[in-house]
Parts: sequence; structure tokens; C-alpha cells
Amino acid sequence: MNLSILIILPLITTFAILFVKGLKQVRTVALIGSATQFLLSLDLLFVYWKERTAGNTTQFLFDFDYTWFAPMNIHYHIGVDGISVAMILLTSFVVIAGVLVSWAQETLNKEFFFLLLFLSVGAYGYFISLDIFTLFFFLEVAVIPKFLLIGIWGSGKKEYSAMKLALMLMGGSGLVFVGLAGLYFNTNANGAHSFDLIQISQMHIDIAAQKLFFPFAFVGFGIFTALFPFHTWVPDGHSSAPTAASMFLAGISMKLGGYGCLRVATYLMPDAAHYYSWVIILLATIAIIYGAFATMMQKDLKYINAYSSVSHCGFVLLGIGMLTQTSITGAVLQMVSHGLMTALFFAAIGMIYSRTHTRMVEQLGGLLKVIPFISTVFVIAGLCSLGLPGFSGFVAEMTVFMGSWQNPDQWYRFATILACASIVVTAVYILRATGKTVMGPITDLHYHHLTDATWNEKIATGILIIGIVAIGIAPFWINQLVTPGAENIFQHLGNVLK
Amino acid sequence: MRTDFLILMKQELVIIAIIFVLLFIKVGSKEWKNENILNLVNLLLLFNFVAGFFWNEDGILFNEMFKTNKLIVTEKSILSLGTYIISLQSYSWLKNHKHVIEFYMLLLSTLVGMFFMISAGNLLMFYLGLELSTIPLAALANFDLEKRKSSEAAFKLIISSAFSSGLLLFGISLMYGTTGTLIFSELSQHLDGNPLQIFAFILLIAGFSFKISVVPFHLWTADVYEGAPVSVTSYLSVISKGAVLFVFVSVLYTVFKPLAVTWYNILFVLSVLTMITGNLFAIRQNNLKRFLAFSSIAQVGFILIGISGASQTGTASVIYFVLIYIFSNLGAFGVIGLVSAVTGKENIEDYKGFYKTNPLLSWVLAISLFSLAGIPPTAGFFGKFFLLMAGAGQGNYILITIAALNMIVSLYYYLKVVKAIFMDENESPIEKLAIPASPKLALFICIAGIVLTGLMSYVYEYIYSLTSSF
Repeated sequence: MNLSILIILPLITTFAILFVKGLKQVRTVALIGSATQFLLSLDLLFVYWKERTAGNTTQFLFDFDYTWFAPMNIHYHIGVDGISVAMILLTSFVVIAGVLVSWAQETLNKEFFFLLLFLSVGAYGYFISLDIFTLFFFLEVAVIPKFLLIGIWGSGKKEYSAMKLALMLMGGSGLVFVGLAGLYFNTNANGAHSFDLIQISQMHIDIAAQKLFFPFAFVGFGIFTALFPFHTWVPDGHSSAPTAASMFLAGISMKLGGYGCLRVATYLMPDAAHYYSWVIILLATIAIIYGAFATMMQKDLKYINAYSSVSHCGFVLLGIGMLTQTSITGAVLQMVSHGLMTALFFAAIGMIYSRTHTRMVEQLGGLLKVIPFISTVFVIAGLCSLGLPGFSGFVAEMTVFMGSWQNPDQWYRFATILACASIVVTAVYILRATGKTVMGPITDLHYHHLTDATWNEKIATGILIIGIVAIGIAPFWINQLVTPGAENIFQHLGNVLK
Repeated sequence: MRTDFLILMKQELVIIAIIFVLLFIKVGSKEWKNENILNLVNLLLLFNFVAGFFWNEDGILFNEMFKTNKLIVTEKSILSLGTYIISLQSYSWLKNHKHVIEFYMLLLSTLVGMFFMISAGNLLMFYLGLELSTIPLAALANFDLEKRKSSEAAFKLIISSAFSSGLLLFGISLMYGTTGTLIFSELSQHLDGNPLQIFAFILLIAGFSFKISVVPFHLWTADVYEGAPVSVTSYLSVISKGAVLFVFVSVLYTVFKPLAVTWYNILFVLSVLTMITGNLFAIRQNNLKRFLAFSSIAQVGFILIGISGASQTGTASVIYFVLIYIFSNLGAFGVIGLVSAVTGKENIEDYKGFYKTNPLLSWVLAISLFSLAGIPPTAGFFGKFFLLMAGAGQGNYILITIAALNMIVSLYYYLKVVKAIFMDENESPIEKLAIPASPKLALFICIAGIVLTGLMSYVYEYIYSLTSSF
């Protein structure tokens, strides 16, 4: 399978959007594009599966290498392993759901769908890159569409949030740049420097250099995934963004960071990863607990989900920092699970908001009686968030905890226990928010006239729920998909249990 | 090695020929319409640009006063392209201007001066070219004859130029005193780093720094940019800066190679100062021209990092960046010029709600600003990336980290303009503008350049292959 088509297809869709007029045509084109992309990513899953079952054990499949800037030894090098396939699947799920949720986008719809799909170009390109220049390129491609999406179509203090998000993410990529430059000049591939992920992983980078540049790369990517204390863009950005943009932000964009931490920082600088793992664990544990308690204090549904994202993405970083094979698998599962779950959550919040015009928990109530479908979706998202068995959240968090416990260091186990305990807090805020919103008496007479989900909203949420349940009930397939990739990274790290 | 005068100096000769054509039109009895003159000049400039691709030879003329090779020809072609774009953009402003012919005669003589400066093989020839390129610029800055700010700008430009020329001359004479030669190829053999030479060298750098407005020699920039007509401002900010940068790189890398340690330290300090000052001042600007003036100062800071790389990558990335900078800055100035020519509005607040009335121009301005900020997939990203990588090759990661942090600051003020255009509400936004054909073509070239120069790696590879001979 030619992977470039994963970038080319959304690009064609964005260009097609430029040449059509009116909401109906624009959204049709966007839907066709994202649906094709969705099928394509499913196809990728099957083709990948077929190759693997046929016994192809190459680390990265569907490898394609084209020399881009020869003087700098920059390549357009793409390929996928199980981790990337999982992330691509996640992206395509969220993109199609995002397009469907924005079906009735009235103002400036052409620009809206253009930016939405352009953002997905960045995400797809990022997940298939095997050259860290290309990876960095796509990472930054995804920044400005977010700024415009939030700033133009957002609500509340949208300009402030948009600017904060853009600057913090740009700061993240600035740090990543320093890390990459440092990595590049410490490589030696037959006398030339290299950006190639596979080549660098086979070299031994000088340990002093690793120690110097690992923090740049890890913190840089970490900012994208709400690494404490650089998480402050998350609540503002998510709550100001329009629904689809929130879904993209939490569902895809935050995962760019986690993937980068794993694939670039940890994988390419293994010695430094060991050296600094305690810092990662510390920050991740703080993020988990702080995020959970901060969520308890929130009254706005979007803020609740945004702060809980900080807490959930802490699990991703915790899994990476624990450096065991299971915990790394768990980190990837948590990325996928959180991506789907939080997109569903934001979709449900968006639907509730568009009908009731409020996101404040105390003003809502009894929605289950008037809009049962949306309320059910909301509850499902909530239950997945608190890690109920049967949904993806349980599988992912369980794997992270199992993997973390495998690390025998007592302080790391202490951190694991603390992280586990945060689940109780999660349960408190989720049950409180969902209970108050969907149960109880109807708080406003206007709510009696609310209409339930339209067909597009049903499909959008349906797709996401299928994803969540597919992982929750039958986790083996995604586990088998991700494990070889995690195993590679783990073997590269060296066995910490020794 | 050819010594064929006509072939080697083809670009200079074409420009001089255009000047003479204009002169004949001026003294001739027939009245020409402004539109016709403009179209004719644009056509000739396009011809000049295209001619840059043919009959390229290496060679030396006039006892090493004038040298040329493929790299130098490419540099001149880049400047020709920029001048062509500016000329297209000036259409709406010059259409009703009384002194079109004079404008082009002055503009093109500065271009010839820059060509001689780039081709100089001798410090005196370099000085001559520099003067020829500077003095007419002061007259150009005053071309909005009725505006007082314009004359103020011209006055500031001429005084600061004269001062920097004085510094340069002093440096040159000291250099001659210590080495006994002015020819580039011989100078490097006589440099041994004695204190007087270093002093002379610092004077030379100060002279250069004035021209490319490096902090602390930048004070003239903002006022001149604000006062001068938009076309002249854009010319000042890209063409004249670009030309001096080309010379700066080649002179530092070849002639002053023995003093590499000295100039690396100087560049380190200057680039940090320039980036930080330019960025911090740009944040506070309301006038778009002043804003771009400070942003261009900050850009020069980044370019200095590339220069400090002192390698083939350094040369290539600086030339590549100047090309990209021409596209991005002219894209921004093109829109500003159009708006300013029709409405006279130049403040950031005036651009609030601009997107509602002029979506196309808004996107052009936004994309140009993204390119200036270095956001992919625009070419500015690649330009900055290569500049910083060239600098990082020296192993000075403090400098690179400072630069990366400065990127954030610069993004802030570029996004401020984007925010005004796209997000802010306005009761009375700028009305819908009709775009004449020539500026439209110019903006199209800029956007095409911004999109393609980066993604198409051939451009960078071509420039890189040209620099290999150094």
C-alpha cells in the first residue's frame, strides 16, 4: 500500500472544497473525503494485518523513501508499524466524526472544513513519517489551523485561548527543533548526518548529547500532550474551540505529542530516557492527580473534559516513563482510547450546548427524558472516561497500571499507586457531572422542546462508540497490533528489569 | 575564464539599457501614458530576469574589479525578480504619479549599483556600488513629494547612510594601510589578525550592519520604512538588504576567513541583540510598515545565525532565505501597498474585519505572515530551518535555543495581525478593493513562490550546488 495517499487524499479534499460553493456542497465534499479516508485507514489495518500474519517481521511496513533535500540528507521517508496504524485509525475515526458533527456549520463553512481537513493532513503525515524532519514539518503544519479554528469559530475568550494555544504549541515545537538539531549533529551515517528514524535508532548517540537534548525533545513534545506544568493551554483551548475543533484538539492533536515523546525522544535517546524517567514519572503523576482534582472544581462541561484530559494524558506519559513493554503498550492504548473517548465527550457536549445554549452543570438537568440519545452518548463517554470495563478506557488504563507495576523501583510503584487512586477522583467528577446533567428533574422549561440527535450526529457518535467498544470488549486485536511496536521500543531501551 | 565584456556584464547592461530607454522617452517629444510606460518597464524587467538564466559564464573584468560566476548571476537574478515584483506592485500607486520615469531611473540605478556591489572583486569597487545603490534610494524615499514624513524619512536615510559609508571608508582605508591591497583575493593572504586590522574589520562590519539594520545600527529603519512610500519601503527591506547580505556572506567567508573566530563572536552577539530587539519592538507597533520594519530587523537576526554557520550550508541557506524573504515580505507589502494606495490606511486596527470584505487579500497577507513567521508548509519554514541548522552546525546550542524562543515571540506579533484580519469585529472595515492586473500577478508570484520554493527541494539544491565552488 502506498502510504502517501493518506496525505494526498485529504489534500485533494481540501482543494476540492476551495472550488465548491455553499454549505451543502462543501460538507458533501468534506464527508466524501473523510469517509474515503476512513475506509482507507480500515483498509490499511487489514493490509497491515495480512502482511504481519504472512510473517513479514520488518519493523516498518510499506516503507517509501524519497530524498527531499539532498544537501541536508533530509528524506521524505514514510512507513508504519502497529503503533502508527493505531494512531492513523484513531485520526480517521475522529476526522469523520468531526466532519459529521459540524454538519450544520453556518458561518464561513468553506474555511471551516478547509482548515479542519488541513489539520488532518498534518496528523496523517505526522504518524507515517519515519524521518524526523518530515515529522517535525507535519507537527507544525497542524498548529496554525488550530489557531484559526479556535479564534474564528470559537466561543468565550476565544482570541486569548487561540493565541495561548498557538504560542505554547509553537514553543513546544521550538524546543523539539533544538532537540532534533542536537540529535542530527550527533549522528554519523557514513560521514553524513541523518534525520532518519531507523538509521538513528541503530546508531549509538553519545550519552552526554542524549542527556542534553532529551529534555528539549521530550518537553517539546510533552507540551502538545499537556505535560505538567505546560498544560495550561489545554483547558482554555478546548473550552473555547468549536465542537469539531475540540474533538480534533483532544482526539488527535494531543496524541501528536505523546507519539513524539515515545517515537522520537524515548526511542532515539534510550539512555537519557532511563536517566530522566523519574522526572517524567514525577510530572506525569502530578498531572494525573492535579488534573483529577482540578476537574472536580469545574462547573463548565468543556472545562471538565479538558482538565480530565490533562489527567488522562498523564497516564500516557506515565506509561512512557515507566519504560516497560506493557506500560508502553498501555500508553499507546491510552492514546487511542482517550482520543476516541474525549472526541465522543466533546461531541456530546457540543450537541447539548447547541440545544440548551449552556454548558454549566448546575443549569442542566433531566436531559435523559428529553434527549435520550444524546444523554446516553454522554453517559457512555463518561463511563469510558472513568474506566468502566467493557469500554476502551478500562483496557488502556489497566494495561498502563500493569506495566507500571512491572517496574520494580519502589518509588515508581508508589507513583503507580497514586495514579491508580486518582481513578476514584475521576469517578467522583464524572458521576457527579453526568448524574446532574442527565438525571434528576428538568431544570428549564425550554428543555421540553429540545430535539434529539439528528442522523449525522447519530452516525458521528456511533462511529466513535463502535471504536470504543471494539477496543473495550475485544482488546486483543489492538493489543496484537500495538505490542510488536512497543516491543521494539522496549528492546531498544534495554531491559530495565535486569 | 572568459573576459567577454558583453556576456559577463549582461545583467548590468540590460538595466542600463532600460534606463536609457526611459531617458529617451523622457526627452522625446511624444507624450507617453503612464500605463504604457509601466507595462513597458515591467516587460523589460521580466526580460532581464529571464536573461539571467542564459549565457552564464565565469569571468573577471577590469583587473579583478568585476568578477562574475553562476552564483553571482543567480543572486542578481533573485534581485531582478524582486524588483520585477515590486514594479508590478507599484502599478496602482504610480499609475497617477507625475514622475514615473524618474522613479524608475532612480530605482534601476540603485539596482545597477547593487549588481556592481555583488560582483565587486575589490573593496573600492564594492564601495562604489554601495554608494550608487544608496544615494538614489534617499531620493526614492522622498517620492511622495507632498508628504512631510516622506522627506523626513529621506533625510534620515541619507544621513545614516552617509555615516555608515564614512565608517566603511575608514575601515577600508585602515585595511589598505595594514595589508597594502584592496583586491579581495589578495586581502585574505595579508590578514594576520593584528589589532589594527581587527579594528578596521569591526568598522567594516559596522558599515555593513547599518545597511542591513542590525541592532545597534538599526535606529533609522523604522522611521524610514514608515515615511517612505510602500513600494520604496518594500524595495529597501528586501532588495537592498538582500544585496548587502549576499556581499556580506561572500566577503566574510572568503576574504575574512582568517578572522573567522573574531567575526563568529561578533555575529553571535549581534544576532542575539538583533533578534531580541527586533521582536520586542515589533510587538508594540501599530503601524503596519513600522511593524514590518521591526520584524525585518528580527529576520536579519536569524539570517546572521545562518551566516555564523560559516559553511557551504551557511551560504546556501542565506541565499535561499533571501529568496524566500523576498516572496514573503513582498506578499505582505503588496497587500499593504494596495490598501494604502486606495484608502491610505496603514494601521493594524484598520485591518480589523478585513476578511469580511477582502477574503482573497486577507489570505495572501496571512500566508505571507505565516511564511515570515516560519510556519510550514510555507517556504519560510524551510528557510528558517536551514538557517538555524547552518548555525547549529557550529555546536552553539545556546544561540539556537535563543532563536527558537524568539520564534515564539515573533509568532505572537504575526498572529496579532492575523487575529485582527480574521477575528476582530469592525463597524467600518476597509471596503472591497479592486485589484488591477499587475498587482494581482505580483501577488500570485509571491504566493506561488511561498508555496513552491519550500516544498520543491530543487531550488535549495540548485543554490547549494552553486555554492560548492566556494
